[in-house]
Amino acid sequence: MTDILIIGAGPAGLSAAITIAEHGLNVHVIDEYMDAGGRLLGQLYEEPNGNWWNGIKESNKLAEKASNLGVKISLNTSVNNIEKIDDKWVVYTDTNTYSTSHLLLATGAAEEPFPIPGWTLPGVMSVGAAQVMTNVQRVKPGERGVIIGVNVLSSAIAMELNLAKIDVATIALPKINQITEESGNPENVLNSLLHVAHMAPSAFVKFGSKLMKNDFMKKLGITFFPKGGVKMWGIPIQLRKAVIEIYGEERVEGVKMATISPTGEVIPGTEENISADFVCIAGGLYPLAELAAVAGCPFHLIEELGGYVPLHNNRMETTLDGLYVAGNITGIEGAKVAISQGVTAGLSIVHNSGKQKLDQEIAASIQAIEKTREEAYIQFHPDVKEGKKKLQQYWEAHKSSKQLVQS
Amino acid sequence: MKNRVIDHPVLDSIDEQKTISFTYDGKEYKGLPHESIAAALLANGIRTLRKHEESGTPRGIYCNIGHCFECRVTVNGQQGVRACLTRVSEGMNVASGEKLLTSVKDWRPEND
Repeated sequence: MTDILIIGAGPAGLSAAITIAEHGLNVHVIDEYMDAGGRLLGQLYEEPNGNWWNGIKESNKLAEKASNLGVKISLNTSVNNIEKIDDKWVVYTDTNTYSTSHLLLATGAAEEPFPIPGWTLPGVMSVGAAQVMTNVQRVKPGERGVIIGVNVLSSAIAMELNLAKIDVATIALPKINQITEESGNPENVLNSLLHVAHMAPSAFVKFGSKLMKNDFMKKLGITFFPKGGVKMWGIPIQLRKAVIEIYGEERVEGVKMATISPTGEVIPGTEENISADFVCIAGGLYPLAELAAVAGCPFHLIEELGGYVPLHNNRMETTLDGLYVAGNITGIEGAKVAISQGVTAGLSIVHNSGKQKLDQEIAASIQAIEKTREEAYIQFHPDVKEGKKKLQQYWEAHKSSKQLVQS
Repeated sequence: MKNRVIDHPVLDSIDEQKTISFTYDGKEYKGLPHESIAAALLANGIRTLRKHEESGTPRGIYCNIGHCFECRVTVNGQQGVRACLTRVSEGMNVASGEKLLTSVKDWRPEND
């Protein structure tokens, strides 16, 4: 039996494993991908100090450090189910069944798609798929692509495709419908786009974003948003055009776009065809929390964190004994925050395994998470701190209701 | 190898000398040892990995990280293998998923 089991070999899972192994405990990490690193593998961006954040290098560093400390990493291993039997967590994978007293879920995030006519055609993929193809697998998703969905993730990946000399014809909105209500509304999107403005070398976007910090200017910005789009890294970003259909016989041949009103309504008669051999759908990320749900964790919908998150405290403990969470399962943020959270989760696990005198170290690690959060270069959700506050309130409420029952 | 990103301004360049051979639906292709089946096929210009079991419409990769199950293929006789999570290897025999006869529908040709 392994002392501690971690599901997910991304930045959170690996950093937790390192922390635990450094305290002399046995730890085993399981992941279904063929390389360790999780979504960190695909990341590539230039930081303000001019250094490149190279996800493959960072992943390899973490995995090597873990291995050197004796951490066992099982790749290509999918987890099918977890359940609590007596006082042990039992983890069922497609190869083995494991049991452990302390289980960390570091399963990360998944991409939210939005269905558009033609979206099942070969050549249509999530924007993260194009990122992994290009940066990790080193195969071009195609020669010329269209990205549907304007947000932090799609802007960053468009830049990465550009680096690999893959032509991105345009980034546009999806046609508004019930599912795309948020992501198809130019005003909402412009608001979220303001948070990536610092990444754009284009003076227009940088300058414009300062002007648009109040609602009135935002509306004005949308109304007068240039018909040809604004260019970021040479790629036109369209906020007044939406993709209404992806066309092609056996594979993607292009998209049909139309001009839209400031609130997202399609203006009839403005349809045009844009040819492309691949199309990326960028609906944003949500916490991948199925295993926490299967385990029976209570959940809260917190928009600022990207969706439903399992209830947990700042020591990364869930309400269930011996079950912990770290990384994007707790809310959508960058890899550096995930690494910090992994350290805290690791320390909590070591502490709960019987090691004394860790309280100070745990408190310091919690502060380190907040510092990393504040210094984050890419913020997926602007109000993540607000979301974390809500979560803390839910936790307090849960704790006091439990005390009520016990007394 | 024009579909591959060999030299990259930031990432290390990849070694395209050491190739491996595999087959897809009986035809032989070359891949690189580090890559997934999905990547090796795309590098060879192949996007369609299966036909929808019921409708027969073509499908390729969607998420590329194992979540969507759109890229299921048969590998050395084992069905339901996700092409995006499985490394291609020497002599691997890959087959695409085909439209199936469904027990739900009356599949006789006159009812097609």
